[in-house]
Amino acid sequence: MTLRRTSLYIPGNNPGMLLNAAVYGADSIVLDLEDAVSVAEKDAARILVRNALRSISYRDVEVTVRVNSLSTPFGREDFEEIVPLAPSVLRLPKCETADDVLRAEKLIGELEEKSGVPAGSVKLIPIIESAFGASNLPEIVRSSPRVAALNFGAEDYTADLGAERTKEGRELDDIRSRIVAAARIAGIQALDSVFADVNDSEGLFEEAFRVRRLGFDGKSVIHPRQIAIVHRAFTPSEKEIEYAGRVVAAIEEAAVRKSGVVALNGRMIDAPVVAKARKVLALAEAAGVHRIEESRP
Amino acid sequence: MRSNGIGRILPESIPGMDVFRPFEKAGSGPSGPSVFQVPKREPKVLACLEEAFRKADVRDGMTISFHHHLRNGDLVVNMALDVLSGMGIRNLVLAPSALFPVHREVLRHVQSGTVRAIQGSVNGPVGRAVSEGLFDLPVILRSHGGRVRAMQAGELSVDIAVIAAPSADCMGNISGVSGPSACGSLGYAFSDACYARQVIAVTDNLVPYPAVPYSLPQTLVDWVVPVERIGDPEQIVSGTLRITRDPLRLVIAEQVARVVESSGLLRDGFSMQAGAGGISLAASDFIRERMRAARIQGSFISGGITGQSVEMLEEGLFQALLDVQSFDLAAAASLARNPAHLEMSASFYANTAAKGCVVDMLDVAVLGATQVDTDFNVNVNTESDGVLLHGIGGHMDTAAGAKMTVIVTPLLRGRMPMVVDRVLTVTTPGETVDVVVTERGVAVNPIRKDLLENLRGKGLRLLDIHDLEREAKSITGVPRSPEFGEKIVGVVEYRDGGVIDVIRQRL
Repeated sequence: MTLRRTSLYIPGNNPGMLLNAAVYGADSIVLDLEDAVSVAEKDAARILVRNALRSISYRDVEVTVRVNSLSTPFGREDFEEIVPLAPSVLRLPKCETADDVLRAEKLIGELEEKSGVPAGSVKLIPIIESAFGASNLPEIVRSSPRVAALNFGAEDYTADLGAERTKEGRELDDIRSRIVAAARIAGIQALDSVFADVNDSEGLFEEAFRVRRLGFDGKSVIHPRQIAIVHRAFTPSEKEIEYAGRVVAAIEEAAVRKSGVVALNGRMIDAPVVAKARKVLALAEAAGVHRIEESRP
Repeated sequence: MRSNGIGRILPESIPGMDVFRPFEKAGSGPSGPSVFQVPKREPKVLACLEEAFRKADVRDGMTISFHHHLRNGDLVVNMALDVLSGMGIRNLVLAPSALFPVHREVLRHVQSGTVRAIQGSVNGPVGRAVSEGLFDLPVILRSHGGRVRAMQAGELSVDIAVIAAPSADCMGNISGVSGPSACGSLGYAFSDACYARQVIAVTDNLVPYPAVPYSLPQTLVDWVVPVERIGDPEQIVSGTLRITRDPLRLVIAEQVARVVESSGLLRDGFSMQAGAGGISLAASDFIRERMRAARIQGSFISGGITGQSVEMLEEGLFQALLDVQSFDLAAAASLARNPAHLEMSASFYANTAAKGCVVDMLDVAVLGATQVDTDFNVNVNTESDGVLLHGIGGHMDTAAGAKMTVIVTPLLRGRMPMVVDRVLTVTTPGETVDVVVTERGVAVNPIRKDLLENLRGKGLRLLDIHDLEREAKSITGVPRSPEFGEKIVGVVEYRDGGVIDVIRQRL
């Protein structure tokens, strides 16, 4: 599974930032054609991002592009220029219905075929940022096999709701939980919104830690400085890693012994526990925290 | 048997003394090079600089030295040259420890014939003029340590040292820590005071005798000239130096800290020098966090000292600061009050011909570059366009001494690659450079296999320096090389006096 603890937004009209987007250590980068780019700059950004995808090596970082919605005058051209360069993912802003995904899917399919990009290779991450979108979560996640994750956009969502965006974020607990639940229906990732105050490291850590406990797999960031903080929040504790290591060791041993039922410390270990343990270990490895080798009982 | 001036009977000979001279009368002894040259009753304090130059017997073609502790706020170099030019003196050799943009006035004196050549660091406009071929003779560039060595060896023979003195008393005891133009350490001025034939202190703060504390003692100073102002305080020391907020530079700084942490050198007794550049300050901050977390008790920080170094001293992370140059107000203030914050001379700091210098005790030096090449040679003098814009500072000295020398540079600056096949000018030889850290990867000098082993598996992107060079080239392409003429405009002297490179006129 692709690790997406952090998705770093890069304004599509900034050549220097496009050039260096991969060096900050984010798991995924979002070359942005949408809200970071003013209307007057839309075409310039589209050309820059297209050329960046053509010529810049982003190494092992996942490259995604936030295109404009197909219901804006810029969306279609964004797709036409970007899809032929086979980015891993298009992020679909202001996604509200299954139909929004299907329209994107159809267009991507045509463009893939036309430009020789392997069919189905460009994935989609819908961004949920309205009450209407929030009301259609199960339909949206099930609408297409291209949907790779569900992304929450808190700023627009609270604006749409008329709610106040507070630091504690209680007003968002419900929608966040629903996004995680919907993502799980389709077995995909749930990714949280940005944290706007780049100077508040503590606030960012708290929010990231909280959403991780809600079940999110990662969080968008708008400044490179936020990356290490979010990664820290998404790094499992030593205790978690140790337990996960023992779970996996037990299940592997059971496989060798061809034993059906596995227990650890008198507790049944079933598939979800194992899946969770594997996820913890993957996160730990990504964070450079080494797996603690347990001596087997 | 004979009697001396007060009637004591002295023998004709004294065992162990080939010759001896009977005492005559107090104050009547002969003067000479090894004896105090100023008749006792003549006051050292003179009315103006012209009088001092006359007393110092200034002549055409002499070598005049200056220190650069007042940096871009210095008024003394321009003042002295105006006086010398007014006296009709010609063909002088300037031997400043460094010149700054404020000294572009020097160019006028070159055109008029007052100044013929420079032996010293040149920053900014004077460097540009050197590159354009303004001078007949090449500028001789030396490191801080190398400059002292050259004076000691008689290769740089200074006739008159003009020392900007933030405080001085009537006998010429000089201090940098007080007065309206306080600059903190006077580290680079020690050699000038020691080796120049005549020493003139210029001060805007004449204090009652004795000046307490003092750095340069009266035993070395011939004349004292009070003037209205020697410096512009705004330009002398920075308020607070800013740690970079540029995320790209922070990536570099974070990796430097990781390299230091993994090198095996970050343990009790750790010593370092990092400088005042944005990346260096940020790297020091990251190292500081790691020292705190691991409860490491360091030994010393040396070189140019900043408020950040002062904080680390006061926090107990280091035992001492060895200060050759105070970069900001906090450093200057700390030097004045904290006994663990020591002023040191350039010789003590970096002179390879001294009987021991600080750089040889350094664990880690974090240094900048304008270019690095695949042999790890470092250029700090010329920019990518071949123009001489910077002095050497202590670069080659610390690189030679430190157990690990880390060069920090963005891989790209604007459209130019910073890791290249061959640097335009070699300042510091690759054999003294251990690691190059860029935002796109870390290259370890292959002669340091031990270090490479330590750095593996530590989350660093370790690359062969050639791969780093190729990566830069893949983004920028190969820039057209600047065009140079035949004329040699600069000589880069290694700290031992050997010529490591020459700089040619930029066409």
